[in-house]
Amino acid sequence: MLNTAEDLIHKINTAAESKRPLSIQGSNSKLFYGNQIAERAPDILDVSNYSGIVNYEPSELVITAKAGTRLTDLETALQTHQQMLAFEPPHFGENATLGGCIATGLSGPRRAYAGAARDFVLGVRILDGRGNDLHFGGQVMKNVAGYDVSRLMTGAMGTLGVLLEVSLKVLPLPTMEITLCMSMKEVEAIGKMHQWASKPLPISATCFYENHLFVRLSGAESAVHATRTQLGGEEIDQGKTFWQSIREHTHAFFRSGTRLWRLSIKSSTPPLPLPGQQLIEWGGALRWLATDESVDETTIRSQAEAAKGHATFFKGNKTSIQAFHPLPPAMMGLHKRLKQKFDPAGILNPGKMYPEY
Amino acid sequence: MLTELIHELRAFLPPDAVLYEAEDVKPYECDGLSAYRRTAMIVVLPQTEEEIIKILQLCHSTKTPVVARGAGTGLSGGALPHHQGVLLSLARLKNVLEIDPVTRTARVQPGVRNLAISEAVASYGLYYAPDPSSQIACTIGGNVAENSGGVHCLKYGLTVHNILKLRVLMIDGQVIEMGSDALDSPGYDLLALMTGSEGMLGIVTEVTVKLIPKPDKAQLVMAAFDDVQKAADAVANVISAGIIPAGMEMMDKITIHAVEDFIHAGYDLDAAAILLCEADGMTEEVAEEIQKISTIMRESGAVKISISQNEADRLRFWAGRKAAFPAAGRVSPDYYCMDGTIPRKHLARVLRGIETLSVEYGLRCMNVFHAGDGNLHPLILYDANQPGELEKTEAFGARILEMCIEAGGTITGEHGVGIEKLDQMCLQFKPAERDLFHAIKAAFDPDGLLNPGKAIPTLHRCAELGGMHVHRGETKFATIPRF
Repeated sequence: MLNTAEDLIHKINTAAESKRPLSIQGSNSKLFYGNQIAERAPDILDVSNYSGIVNYEPSELVITAKAGTRLTDLETALQTHQQMLAFEPPHFGENATLGGCIATGLSGPRRAYAGAARDFVLGVRILDGRGNDLHFGGQVMKNVAGYDVSRLMTGAMGTLGVLLEVSLKVLPLPTMEITLCMSMKEVEAIGKMHQWASKPLPISATCFYENHLFVRLSGAESAVHATRTQLGGEEIDQGKTFWQSIREHTHAFFRSGTRLWRLSIKSSTPPLPLPGQQLIEWGGALRWLATDESVDETTIRSQAEAAKGHATFFKGNKTSIQAFHPLPPAMMGLHKRLKQKFDPAGILNPGKMYPEY
Repeated sequence: MLTELIHELRAFLPPDAVLYEAEDVKPYECDGLSAYRRTAMIVVLPQTEEEIIKILQLCHSTKTPVVARGAGTGLSGGALPHHQGVLLSLARLKNVLEIDPVTRTARVQPGVRNLAISEAVASYGLYYAPDPSSQIACTIGGNVAENSGGVHCLKYGLTVHNILKLRVLMIDGQVIEMGSDALDSPGYDLLALMTGSEGMLGIVTEVTVKLIPKPDKAQLVMAAFDDVQKAADAVANVISAGIIPAGMEMMDKITIHAVEDFIHAGYDLDAAAILLCEADGMTEEVAEEIQKISTIMRESGAVKISISQNEADRLRFWAGRKAAFPAAGRVSPDYYCMDGTIPRKHLARVLRGIETLSVEYGLRCMNVFHAGDGNLHPLILYDANQPGELEKTEAFGARILEMCIEAGGTITGEHGVGIEKLDQMCLQFKPAERDLFHAIKAAFDPDGLLNPGKAIPTLHRCAELGGMHVHRGETKFATIPRF
């Protein structure tokens, strides 16, 4: 068992010497995400025992925890003080860890209104590919000393370093939260989401599926009430459960195909003419596509590009499809150079993001 | 070499865009940190991205250093020229290229002033949130380079939270787009890496910013305290009550007096500290929040509470805070602004520490700061004409920053490291961390031509300083080693 930073450093050093790739793992709740590691039988670097909340002071709006800390433990601690992780990270498993949350950089329903995982990362402690124990950022709201390595780590899929500790900005829980539902066509819903977003309304999530637009209002009681009157629609009883099912992909939509694509595009894009089922989040900026093998990758990727965004093969039969959208050559060059600087032996999750590194 | 370079630059730039005579380059010898001055070999003022590409290609092939500059309002000497280098002014690229009111975004050139963005989109009921004090003058390109904040960033975030996409030129002239028109993009978060990188990694030629709807209402509570500790506690109490104010600023007694003399904002001259706390949003929620804030202020021991009754009131209350710098200029021939950030819980302790140092160095220090996010701006008052006083001031400043690091904070919250805080970087980061910073720089700019000598100290410099013992003054004006 790897319980201390020294254990992890030792394992990285050994791997770097023998150039044996490591697969960084927490609880494996998001193992499906991204590509397979380039090596057939990589050594496992298990960080799940490196866990625990290091520091949490509610009045500072900051929590620092070790990477193996379970997200549920983190969220329970925050809840005690009426606070939350405002980016609503999906867990995708009951033992999901903070490390996996930041390494994948995934954010939930509140993302378009409160910010993404990367927006809340204040500091990290990492081990690079040489086993160096490094701190970047900190536990304060504002910090421009040195390059922003903390945010660079967010969503890097463990390819640049092993997360040891993460400091996150947290926010107060809203005093009131309600969910409204109204029926309308997709094109109308996209229009509505934009119309609302141009006003200072306390909207914290939107979702369109099967001719229904769901909108969540969060904030001061007075503001929520006033907005409810302004927007109309029916208030639903099971609001919390509904958003949980979108956040955790337990909603029936996410099982309606054999492949799940994630299209992150310019929010105002009209309905995408793609075969399969779609579910919209983030005010139009996120389009989930549940489909099957009959729709080819090129069609999906080119539509995402035309909509000024990108497509991720999120989940499904892996086959030979790359998880992430191809990068332009100059961009790929830069990625490879960065990877080389952080992990010269190429042992940290090689191929997990792109086959090139 | 100079003649050749000028000749080549003039081949594609108009004569008024290539400056090299001593009197022409002199206005560019410093930025907002005027204690540091250096003349550039050449100053170029391109107007288009194509021109910048050619300039960079030329500099790349001749191994000439390039220092980018926006409006030159930076406070850490980040735009201080290089003697053997080209100073690349981006001030002439000042077009708002595109406004999309539907997706609430604007694509602008780097020389567009921060406030000009909000002015350009005001008719749509939108604005650009980060509002550094210099927003009338500072450019968005400079804001990206420094990851600028402002008084509203606790609620609305810093530059990094408010931009979506950058068009960046690498040192060899290659174009790379970072971020996208969507909410995320594939690959590493280079948009974040680029933000706050102080012109060391690339040259930004376009910025796509996020715009947000103007709140229906903004209202301000002004609370006076007879004790700094009580004011600091009030800040924590507001946050603990689940309120994220739009802005929360604190001023100490010496600041209150300096600005009140100047602005007549109606500040309580007997107060040891004044807190300005703003709520914004829908009319209903502002009323609710203002009531909560006032109650908390009272319970925290405020001796006097005033609530803005109209927009004129609100602006008057703010006017004093915003005039803190010019007020410092009125009461002292020179002042030196620090930018450390600390966990809020240490506010009172650090302020007392600054007071002690103020006595020790025999220099007055005004404290104005973004209390909500623990970002201190001590203004050390000095007179540059008094021999040794600048050195004393810098030593005082260095001690303040050391105190910030000890309190678990950082040496710079929003002004950047530039040339000014290189020594303190040696304290905040270990050699392996600084090594990685240099490695990141090399991944973008292998020859080290972009803004050499800034932001990240060389190992050599830190070694000379000798670990934790930073001896102030002596090394400040030494030639900065290049890497």
